[in-house]
Amino acid sequence: MKDILQELEDRRADARLGGGQKRIDAQHAKGKLTARERIELLLDEDSFEEFDMFVGHRCTDFGMQESRPAGDGVITGWGTINGRLVYVFSQDFTVFGGSLSETHAQKICKIMDMAMQNGAPVIGLNDSGGARIQEGVASLAGYAEVFQRNIMASGVVPQISVIMGPCAGGAVYSPAMTDFIFMVKDSSYMFVTGPDVVKTVTNEVVTAEELGGASTHTKKSSVADRAFENDVEALAEVRRLVDLLPLNNREKPPVRPFFDAPARIEDSLDTLIPDNPNQPYDMKELILKVADEGDFYEIQEDYAKNIITGFVRIEGQTVGVVANQPMVLAGCLDIDSSRKAARFVRFCDAFEIPILTLVDVPGFLPGTSQEYGGVIKHGAKLLFAYGEATVPKVTVITRKAYGGAYDVMASKHLRGDFNYAWPTAQIAVMGAKGATEILYRSELGDADKIAARTAEYEERFANPFVAAERGFIDEVIQPRSTRKRVARAFASLRNKKVQNPWKKHDNIPL
Amino acid sequence: MFNKILIANRGEIACRVIKTARKMGIKTVAVYSDADKNALHVKMADEAYHIGPPPANQSYIVIDKIMEAIRETGAEAVHPGYGFLSENSKFAEALEAAGVAFVGPPKGAIEAMGDKITSKKIAQDADVSTVPGYMGLIEDADEAVKISNEIGYPVMIKASAGGGGKGMRIAWNDEEAREGFQSSKNEAANSFGDDRIFIEKFVTQPRHIEIQVLCDAHGNGIYLNERECSIQRRNQKVVEEAPSPFLDEATRKAMGEQSVALAKAVGYTSAGTVEFIVDGDKNFYFLEMNTRLQVEHPVTELITGVDLVEQMIRVANGEPLSITQDDVKINGWAIENRLYAEDPYRNFLPSIGRLTRYRPPAEHVRDDSVVRNDTGVYEGGEISMYYDPMIAKLCTWAPTREAAIEEMRVALDSFEVEGIGHNLPFLSAVMDHPKFISGDMTTAFIAEEYPDGFDGVTLPADDLRKVAAAAAAMFRVTEIRRARVSGRMDNHERTVGTDWVVVAQGEQIAVSIDADHGGATVSFAEGGSVRVTSDWTPGQSLAKVDIDGTELVLKVDVNSTGFRIRTRGADLNVKVYSPRQAELAALMPEKLPPDTSKLLLCPMPGLIVKVDVEVGDEVQEGQALCTVEAMKMENILRAEKKAVVTKINAAAGDSLAVDDVIMEFE
Repeated sequence: MKDILQELEDRRADARLGGGQKRIDAQHAKGKLTARERIELLLDEDSFEEFDMFVGHRCTDFGMQESRPAGDGVITGWGTINGRLVYVFSQDFTVFGGSLSETHAQKICKIMDMAMQNGAPVIGLNDSGGARIQEGVASLAGYAEVFQRNIMASGVVPQISVIMGPCAGGAVYSPAMTDFIFMVKDSSYMFVTGPDVVKTVTNEVVTAEELGGASTHTKKSSVADRAFENDVEALAEVRRLVDLLPLNNREKPPVRPFFDAPARIEDSLDTLIPDNPNQPYDMKELILKVADEGDFYEIQEDYAKNIITGFVRIEGQTVGVVANQPMVLAGCLDIDSSRKAARFVRFCDAFEIPILTLVDVPGFLPGTSQEYGGVIKHGAKLLFAYGEATVPKVTVITRKAYGGAYDVMASKHLRGDFNYAWPTAQIAVMGAKGATEILYRSELGDADKIAARTAEYEERFANPFVAAERGFIDEVIQPRSTRKRVARAFASLRNKKVQNPWKKHDNIPL
Repeated sequence: MFNKILIANRGEIACRVIKTARKMGIKTVAVYSDADKNALHVKMADEAYHIGPPPANQSYIVIDKIMEAIRETGAEAVHPGYGFLSENSKFAEALEAAGVAFVGPPKGAIEAMGDKITSKKIAQDADVSTVPGYMGLIEDADEAVKISNEIGYPVMIKASAGGGGKGMRIAWNDEEAREGFQSSKNEAANSFGDDRIFIEKFVTQPRHIEIQVLCDAHGNGIYLNERECSIQRRNQKVVEEAPSPFLDEATRKAMGEQSVALAKAVGYTSAGTVEFIVDGDKNFYFLEMNTRLQVEHPVTELITGVDLVEQMIRVANGEPLSITQDDVKINGWAIENRLYAEDPYRNFLPSIGRLTRYRPPAEHVRDDSVVRNDTGVYEGGEISMYYDPMIAKLCTWAPTREAAIEEMRVALDSFEVEGIGHNLPFLSAVMDHPKFISGDMTTAFIAEEYPDGFDGVTLPADDLRKVAAAAAAMFRVTEIRRARVSGRMDNHERTVGTDWVVVAQGEQIAVSIDADHGGATVSFAEGGSVRVTSDWTPGQSLAKVDIDGTELVLKVDVNSTGFRIRTRGADLNVKVYSPRQAELAALMPEKLPPDTSKLLLCPMPGLIVKVDVEVGDEVQEGQALCTVEAMKMENILRAEKKAVVTKINAAAGDSLAVDDVIMEFE
């Protein structure tokens, strides 16, 4: 009996060694943690329960039968993050470079199925050289099995990918379909085709880092949502993100104790809006002063900075924030910012996370590059996302809300629940100058007349009251009391129930 | 008494004067430019009068506009504060003509003291000690040696037309005097085309000590002791105190009596300040007289109990002084720290913008301590480019100098300012500097102690341990809160550990926390333990932590694996790891900040006006590379060393943020 128990321990010890000490050392030398170390840091201490520790591959080609390491290059299982259930897989680069075999894929699929069944997030820690070439099509089939599950799980349980090493070729499409992608700076990259192929096909010379490093994907491509200095920091941040998310789409977002008065008054917000309507100000200050404890978890901070997306807590509960940023491109909507915000709004809606929208938008960015790029359809994505969202929606217009962009930004007409405006709001078809130039084209030669007309237009429309008179604005509020008003609004919406008409699915302008 | 007084100033001093006027039951009128529409002094005053656009030369120092404000509001007296029109005799004249009282000296006194040479002559005539020197032309080296001997070594040999250190020599003996005269003369001829030379006493170990005087129109004059203002940066005072740790009673008395004599010699009324330079042997020499209320007057008020603004108003109202020289005592010690909107990490570059957070320490008056903050700004207010970058004067008082310094350290740590660069960390550093603590300082203190500028404070090991203990205890509190999130698996909750490893300032400090209702006992793995108590809750930006009976105030910002903690001038990235996390974090490569030595970074947010070089150009040290306009000032950025331009990322007309890369070099 004792021998049998000992055999289990021996086998476990062997499995835990993965590809062996030499490869573990090599992994460390690259500044990377091993698959198991990563799980340790991701999950609560001693909470990890492993599945399929002894699974080995079934390949017999190219001498593969000689080496069948236990676990087959991926560690899978479940555990808790601050006591809440999550499923996790962590690719082991020390075993065949973390390459994906049929059995490797099956292990991932197993925990994804469990996660779907039990309503818990899936977190994938990616560190893989790609397909297990020795297995050929069996490996490709494995990818597709994972893809299919990513698709089915989308909108059911949160899926988070952390890229902690290479992720290339077909492998990129699993993370691509998850809700959030985090990358580790300098040690991770993602691309469909690598620098060698790029050189052969297009003659472009580019490094892996330039082609698909963390900086590229957080700043240029928007593939990744956040990037971190190292594994330790990235995993700590995944824990912070999970704290904000419901475990599945049938749950309300999590609540935790908070130490910040919901009725906190911020007098300084009364002076946030500069006297000059063309002078920018930092919308993040408003976000931080409305949020519990000034805590803001920003998503896609480095991409399309003219719109801000991320999570805060209000009265301890997660709220998604979408806000125009007047500091960048005057806060206008364009292709990139519309796409960024639309995806964020849909995530929130899928997971019952209420949405706070802070509006200071002068309109859509004009120009050929925008029109040729299809700003019509991209802008429509954000409009569509807001319009279909059934979660509580609270909107505060701080300054400009012009033209079609006014409609898009969670307006009353798109089923906004609470639409507030600051006294500094200007809700109009366009700015006064542009409007008078169209309305009084015949008087354009006379500067004095035009100035008078502009003043007249400003007087009439550069305020929130025209909209408030029509009920498009529920109330004009003092800036300093924004947190209190927003908190009360969301509190009153906790039992909100709205059902969209039955459909197989919608046809958002992709 | 006057019914209504107008304050021809702005900022903290306008607020300061309003406070006293209000106490005296006098109505106040503020004046303001466009930039100050929402300023604190405007909010505090009973009435406010608009006087024009932001630049001071179109508003605050335009006499006609102030006169108009006086007429329109019916003010009976004007307090000029400091700066602006405070030492403008034409203004005093205009007020006199209009029959409005000027809360300051008569115009004759302003004029007499306004000119450096005249004032020195008057001082000499009044038997006030002045820097010995020879003003006439010196023919040759022999004469120079003779004069030097008369004055007494060391002497300073200076070019009349000189400036910027050129044509300046210090001589300690005849030989050096001879040489110095010759080389100064040559240098002066070459640099200024004017080889006239004069010689004066070189003051060694100079300290800046000034005497506060107060005179009425009835021939009474007293001195209210001294203030020491030796901590200066490029002639800008930073820290002042009263009394001076250097003076003895006899010197104080001599300086005080000479100052009153000087004031009387020019028919002075109101409050004024006589500035002296004092050498290492307590010889003092007259520098100049400021015929107005001085910025640093609060320290005098704190040790004498006299409200100088009130006295000025009473004197202006024709009242005789109600206090005599015998009534003036030195009670305790007072220190003033000037908070400037200047970034100490960027060579004290002025910083403008919105005060997203501004929470001064709570003011209090107790038997054993006073905290006073004279300020003219508020949270949500704007620091504009048009005026003085000083935004507050933080003063503390205590029975002893040591206690006043300690009170100041805590007050500085409790002062929250965000949104702009400011010198709080630098002030904290000075308060902890051994030379300041011992009182052994000269006007060269900052130049000598911070020759390469200020790059932050490294906490001493003992303080670091305290911070580590506090950080670990606070981090554990945040982790316990996190573990109480909804949706947990019942009976499988996370147990937050007791052992932590704090990493800060390159040190690893392992601790174990034994928490109870009252606080936590933090034991160090290396031995020893401390008792930590605090009412801090997650999200509070200021943590007042009691560590074994001493109070430490920390500015706390949460980040993913710990906190950014600012205290005592240090700005720390404090990681708090579980033991396993610490073990694995040690495997992570240390990422050095990118090498910026081959980059030209934008030093401030601004607009590129001009790029002077092209890719491929070889530039020499000091060569102009481009011009950035910020705060309406054109700043020319120059090459720090010889290099070849490899890339230019910005063009004229581009708006850049701080640290944006303008160009790269090979």
